[in-house]
Amino acid sequence: MSAAADTISPAEIAKFTEIADTWWDPTGAFRPLHKFNPERIRFIRDRLAAHFGRDITEPRPFAGLRLLDVGCGGGLISEPMARLGFEVTGIDAGAENIGVARLHAERMGLAIDYQVAAPESLRAAGHEYDAVLALEVVEHVSDVSAFLGAVGGLVAPGGAAIAATLNRTVKSLLLAKIGAEYVLRWVPRGTHDWRKFVRPSELAAGLRRGGLALSEFSGVAYDVARDDWKLTPRDLDVNYMAMAVKA
Amino acid sequence: MESKASPHPPASADVAADIAADIAIVGGGLVGAALAVALARHGIKVAVIDRVDPAAMVDERFDGRASAVALSSQRLLAAIGVWSHVAATASIREIRVSDGPSLFFLHYDHAQLGNEPLGFMAENRVLRRALACALQENAQHVLRLAPAAVTGFSQDADSAVLTLNDGRRLRAQLAIAADGRDSLVRDLAGITVSGWSYPQVGIVGTIGHARPHDHIAHEHFLPAGPFAILPLADERASDGTAVHRSSLVWTERSDAADAYLKLDDAAFLAAIAERVGSFLGPLHLIGPRFSHPLGLQFASRYVEKRLVLAGDAAHGIHPIAGQGVNLGWRDVAALTEILVDAQRLGLDLAHPSGLARYERWRRADNLLMAGVTDILNRLFSNDVGPVRLARDLGLGVVNRLPAMKKLLMRHAMGTVGDLPRLMRGEAL
Ligand SMILES: Cc1cc2nc3c(=O)[nH]c(=O)nc-3n(C[C@H](O)[C@H](O)[C@H](O)COP(=O)(O)OP(=O)(O)OC[C@H]3O[C@@H](n4cnc5c(N)ncnc54)[C@H](O)[C@@H]3O)c2cc1C
Repeated sequence: MSAAADTISPAEIAKFTEIADTWWDPTGAFRPLHKFNPERIRFIRDRLAAHFGRDITEPRPFAGLRLLDVGCGGGLISEPMARLGFEVTGIDAGAENIGVARLHAERMGLAIDYQVAAPESLRAAGHEYDAVLALEVVEHVSDVSAFLGAVGGLVAPGGAAIAATLNRTVKSLLLAKIGAEYVLRWVPRGTHDWRKFVRPSELAAGLRRGGLALSEFSGVAYDVARDDWKLTPRDLDVNYMAMAVKA
Repeated sequence: MESKASPHPPASADVAADIAADIAIVGGGLVGAALAVALARHGIKVAVIDRVDPAAMVDERFDGRASAVALSSQRLLAAIGVWSHVAATASIREIRVSDGPSLFFLHYDHAQLGNEPLGFMAENRVLRRALACALQENAQHVLRLAPAAVTGFSQDADSAVLTLNDGRRLRAQLAIAADGRDSLVRDLAGITVSGWSYPQVGIVGTIGHARPHDHIAHEHFLPAGPFAILPLADERASDGTAVHRSSLVWTERSDAADAYLKLDDAAFLAAIAERVGSFLGPLHLIGPRFSHPLGLQFASRYVEKRLVLAGDAAHGIHPIAGQGVNLGWRDVAALTEILVDAQRLGLDLAHPSGLARYERWRRADNLLMAGVTDILNRLFSNDVGPVRLARDLGLGVVNRLPAMKKLLMRHAMGTVGDLPRLMRGEAL
């Protein structure tokens, strides 16, 4: 990983550092994502621990397992996964994101393999992972079904995939698009195109195409009273997550 | 990689020389040391810094206080492997409150709530010794830096940075200020405190007495303030006989306290005997006397970037209800629960969601107790006729309302409210 980081210019490093500080500042521009993170990670950790028979009270409970984080951004999920013991590969289409993620992991002393890549190319190279995460990416790709097919193909037999996305409902239009972008200014305007939000049935169909069987859906909703996010197993109207396994 | 081009960390060579820990705890007192043990037991690497030499801290002359350890605090100390090292304690089975010369009018008896005692009395030096043993047992995850004083605190994007008086620097994901009432770290972080000092001093001493205390704690409300007689474990005299002992917390007006503290032993003992009464038989003094200025103080917030406050650094209250360190231990239990959760999610331990939860959880509870002790002290530390009549009537009424009394007792036991799991006897 250092090899790649070393080939970029000092000017670029300075730029990435600045962006990294923005990405990783929990009170800055990415505050909503930071707030959202603990509940998402709890879902991922608990489901994967149950699936792989790991004890979460142990240090590095997932040691020995390979995880791929598709659409890893600045590494907000990849880093916790590496701390929990996974051997992590993070991919993103944005070279800038990968630059930021590499720099930050290095600063944290975490060995994570970050690459500018698409799932299709990893699949073509014959890679396989025990767990594959696709969080908040499906709503940004042009062909959901093809993308999820490739994601499924990267899961090793006996492995699992977890996806998180936004549902295409009136409520999500009001809350996630208009509410979050225009009213609360949680995320920059234009972050989301509501028409590309994915219904649970569409997500399930795409995962099936990749050879995965859906095992659980859960919503994630913002709790105003606690000013925090929580899992809502029955309410998939806005943000939701899915767990799927490969036989 | 070399980070020469990046604005931070300042210079990679310096950073490499810094001492690293997951969590840096400033202050190894009853609160800071307990927090260090609790975190270390869950695999979190801690550094504990204290300006006092650990050996001096357990000396009889360092701290003559004894603490009323509430039942919930005892559960915490047991859960983190400290209680088994506490050499000697006396359980508190009854609390009798009286107003000056009037008869007992409020009486808490543990038997009204089942078999468990209301709490335990333990000398602070005994507690400090137990904490030192537990720190030693967890040495794999504990770095003790003492004696060393913290002189500087700053934060950068990834860490809290502490500077020590010997020039060393310490880097951690999170710093915890458990450095007591006059917390320097709190001040350096720009967190303000509000409060006031009481025109009172807490005189502390230990007495031996001929008759056993029967595990009853007494609180006499005298015009200058509460006078508490708290049961301690018996000691063996050299001839093998049992020495019955009690700890005293004598709240006195500041302008009068000095004169009492300067009395010779015989006169000091006579002043004590006059306040204790005769029920314990003849008395004698054991060990030195101490005095503590009393005040009420609370921090405007508990959380700053990569910093949280715990214990007296966050809240200092009047000792009237013997709750100060118990509140600090509640902070410990809540923080441990939150930080272990963050660790098991692979998060940065200073993740703001967790820290915000800590502040929400603990601040209201601590403020409530600060308020209650303040009102009690104002109500009882005077000799104004109508106030006296009103409080006697009021507490007489409480004594006759079983439900109200049980609630107050549970408060003393520390078993009400949103208790952290370690205080409910659950593992994390
Ligand atoms: C008379 C009296 C009786 C009491 N009785 C009871 C009771 O019965 N029950 C009860 O629950 N509570 C009681 N209390 C309250 C209780 O004693 C305190 O709440 C408790 O000791 C606070 O512990 P702490 O660890 O937060 O702070 P402290 O005990 O003040 O510890 C702070 C530590 O930080 C260290 N430190 C400070 N600054 C620095 C620095 N810059 N660098 C390095 N180290 C530093 C100090 O050396 C010290 O060891 C009583 C208090 C008084 C005054």
